[in-house]
Amino acid sequence: MASGQQWVLVEMVQAFYEAPAYHLILEGILILWIIRLLFSKTYKLQERSDLTEKEKEELIEEWQPEALVPPVSKDHPSLNYNIVSGPPSHKIIVNGKECINFASFNFLGLLDNERVKKQALLSLKKYGVGTCGPRGFYGTFDVHLELEDRLAKFMRTEEAIIYSYGFATIASAIPAYSKRGDMVFVDEAACFSIQKGLQASRSLIKYFKHNDMEDLERLLKEQEVEDQKNPRKARVTRRFIVVEGLYVNTGDICPLPDLLKLKYKYKVRIFLEESLSFGVLGDHGRGVTEHFGVNIDDIDLISANMENSLASVGGFCCGRSFVIDHQRLSGQGYCFSASLPPMLAAAAIEALDIMEEDPEIFTILREKCKHVHKALQGIPGLKVVGEPFTPAIHLQLERSSGSRDHDVKTLKSIVDYCMDRQIALTQARYLDKEEKFLPPPSIRVVVTVEQTEEEIDRAAASIRVAATAVLK
Amino acid sequence: MTESSANKPANGDACHRASGAKKPGRNGYVKSPHLIQQKHCHAKERSHHVITCNGGLYSRPFDESFEETPMLVAVLTYMGYGILTLFGYLRDFLREWKIEKCHIAREREEQRDFVPLYQDFENFYTRNLYMRIRDSWNRPICSVPGARMDLVERLSHDYNWTFQHMGKVIKDVINMGSYNYLGFAENSGACLEAAAEATAEYGVGVSSTRQELGNLDKHEELEKLVARFLGVEATMAFGMGFATNSMNIPALAGKGCLILSDELNHASLVLGARLSGSTIRVFKHNNMQSLEKLLRDAIVHGQPRTHRPWKKILIVVEGIYSMEGSIVRLPEVIALKKKYKAYLYLDEAHSIGALGPHGRGVIDYFGLDPRDVDILMGTFTKSFGAAGGYIGGKKELIDYLRTHSHSAVYATSMSPPVVEQIITSMKCIMGEDGTTVGQERIQRLADNTTYFRRKLREMGFIIYGNNDSPVVPVMLYMPAKIGAFSREMLKRNIGVVVVGFPATPIIESRARFCVSAAHTRDMLDVALSAISEVGDLLQLKYSRHRALLTADWSSDDTSYDGIEN
Repeated sequence: MASGQQWVLVEMVQAFYEAPAYHLILEGILILWIIRLLFSKTYKLQERSDLTEKEKEELIEEWQPEALVPPVSKDHPSLNYNIVSGPPSHKIIVNGKECINFASFNFLGLLDNERVKKQALLSLKKYGVGTCGPRGFYGTFDVHLELEDRLAKFMRTEEAIIYSYGFATIASAIPAYSKRGDMVFVDEAACFSIQKGLQASRSLIKYFKHNDMEDLERLLKEQEVEDQKNPRKARVTRRFIVVEGLYVNTGDICPLPDLLKLKYKYKVRIFLEESLSFGVLGDHGRGVTEHFGVNIDDIDLISANMENSLASVGGFCCGRSFVIDHQRLSGQGYCFSASLPPMLAAAAIEALDIMEEDPEIFTILREKCKHVHKALQGIPGLKVVGEPFTPAIHLQLERSSGSRDHDVKTLKSIVDYCMDRQIALTQARYLDKEEKFLPPPSIRVVVTVEQTEEEIDRAAASIRVAATAVLK
Repeated sequence: MTESSANKPANGDACHRASGAKKPGRNGYVKSPHLIQQKHCHAKERSHHVITCNGGLYSRPFDESFEETPMLVAVLTYMGYGILTLFGYLRDFLREWKIEKCHIAREREEQRDFVPLYQDFENFYTRNLYMRIRDSWNRPICSVPGARMDLVERLSHDYNWTFQHMGKVIKDVINMGSYNYLGFAENSGACLEAAAEATAEYGVGVSSTRQELGNLDKHEELEKLVARFLGVEATMAFGMGFATNSMNIPALAGKGCLILSDELNHASLVLGARLSGSTIRVFKHNNMQSLEKLLRDAIVHGQPRTHRPWKKILIVVEGIYSMEGSIVRLPEVIALKKKYKAYLYLDEAHSIGALGPHGRGVIDYFGLDPRDVDILMGTFTKSFGAAGGYIGGKKELIDYLRTHSHSAVYATSMSPPVVEQIITSMKCIMGEDGTTVGQERIQRLADNTTYFRRKLREMGFIIYGNNDSPVVPVMLYMPAKIGAFSREMLKRNIGVVVVGFPATPIIESRARFCVSAAHTRDMLDVALSAISEVGDLLQLKYSRHRALLTADWSSDDTSYDGIEN
């Protein structure tokens, strides 16, 4: 064997010597060609920018960025804020004028409640103001645990989790569950913090018409058809419906029982934002679930802020432990933010106490809402938007002038007129360019239990006079 | 290969340090294994960094070290995770077959046929690794988070799945974890009185947004004060530090803009950048070459695919990085930003109050002009012992934010007592309360920081970050040592923060100490001797350079006296 191979080799060498020169040269060229083919790039990069250093310097020199921020005109409607001196409670001093407050979301009048203040002060003396840390790193105070416990008991859910900022609550909760590739069905009227939460989640978002269950069902059906085409993907695509209890932008209520039917029919989870309805709806202020008599366990997650009815600061989520506990490691606004100052938690606990001791307060609030709703009917040129039991009612122009700026100015004159007559109102503010579905401009009238019938009638009368004067 | 970290002769004649390193570190700059005091520094030693060679940018020595992870330790750490993962699978298997009792909260029966809310592997880490040492975090405290705190004792009978509070309190634990840099977390003194007065007068809530009827006179007062403190034209304050970033970056950048972000930026900055819809590119931590390369490429090549020039470029950095203890190379960043006409967003969450001879953050520390930073952001949570955040800058910027910030339009404004706490503590720092208490605290923090860092180095721990940074990460590396360190320290009545994956790279678990002006020398000594003891017990003294170090460390560079005019 070995000798045979050797023989072949010898023969090859011999052939090499015998071959004519032109043959060898040709073979040599071919070999070089092959090597070149192997090592050269077979395609030419179309867009290779072989810029010289000098050209690069010129480009850098040439580039002019836009200004960091565009200029804001001096008379921008929201540049110059109203200045409130003193507490923003029932009687409020706006720009030096004492008014009756029809603008702050202090529904239960707990903002300057003496009991709440006393508890806050006691807590302040024990803990100081700040927590100096996130919940994980010595920022969990016994008061936080107590508040979470109390909120869970109040709402009759397994667990609650508190955030230090109302806005961040639902905006952190949504992306904790819904990830890229998941699906969220959301009402068009959803508030801004929901929109930001959805954006952060990077999920696929489908908007349905406000409170239109048929439209929602249409979307769900479409998705069902889609799922049948790709069942493997459907098995891992989480679906959520995100709705508000009482919509802050429209003043109406979500049709929760219908939503629950759809939930079980199409196997979608429901997240409910209750910032406006918590501490307002239901006989005990438990919100929209109590209002409709729905089992709260059927809602996967309820989120609300503590800045309206509880008149403190922060927000919370509640629901089953299976769901809520996940946020303790995945809720960005929970993990990466300093925790709620203990005195604000103590104030919220006391406010909960007051709500529990005296559920009558919710009936009173509802009566007031009805009263305001009725008193505002029939104002020429303005229409009342919102349910009779909602404490934040919108007054919109019956006929828009066609220009949003103009409408805003018209409403502003009405607000200013009322402010001169000691009724503090405000327009609902939005970021026009950022809102997904920008609500029409409106004056928001907020009802609180502290407003007397006489004050309500006076406010309604002022608005009526103002509207007649401005909209003539 | 020798290179030096950016050092700078103070006013040209003073001596300064150069650090020689055997290897360039993971971040392109030096992980200096030791610091040698040199009498004369030669320019050739400083030639490596593109911009760093103009060490003239720095008004003080810039010592930052990130010692290499010893090879053996790295291997053992990976092995540790490997073993934990194997056992995790084994126990998941046992749970599956109901051999081991399962404590995990379960989905409701009615919703079993829904798409699962969590993918199984998502919680593998939590279930099998985190749960073993869960007692190291979220320890409830029941006192002011000052230099000493009281912890609620927790017991777990089911291996950390649930905790019971037995009503017992662990008293007077030395607090090495809270971000209480200047010691304003107090329940007595001027701040408390002022906050109490504000509570009595205003209540705690506001129930409205800044643009509606939630703009209190207190808020305006605060913003004017902060502007004065920072030396900028105007500022705006927000109710939550996290949201200050995540809700304002979208107002400043948008589609067609480029955000250049440090790889170790805080989650809130990352979220804000993502929400803005801009293109995001990440540069290596505090690495100026990496940043410059990105800047050049961005301007030369423009936007991807369309090749249109970028509308604007925003560089986003932090003052002190809370997990690394490093300080941003601000003079170089500013030089780059000017050269390439980019905008600079500086997050001073940890550095405001904690750095600089006047406590005015990293700008003060380097002796720079605040007008060179376009957007100055910071929080009130840490040094001021309150809550919330601010943004400062030119008047046009703040006017724009007042009209376009998400927070001003949609979020409830700050609680009055919190505002009052900030006002009082800030005035104290500025010396406007007529005392020198603020200045003393700043000096004490600087002294404590140097002392604490020096002692730890001498003991042979690997500590990360800048010499002047009050955030002191001590490397633990191995997963088993995370829990052990925390528990052993608590046994010795010292509360520490330990961090592991995913907050750090997987093998770089660490303990993080936050030095405070409220710590007395005695407290630090007690803490240090406990750390040393536990360090011996757990064999944490990894550093290979301690011998070289002790002798040469003489001058006290952190004292601000020298550079104050």
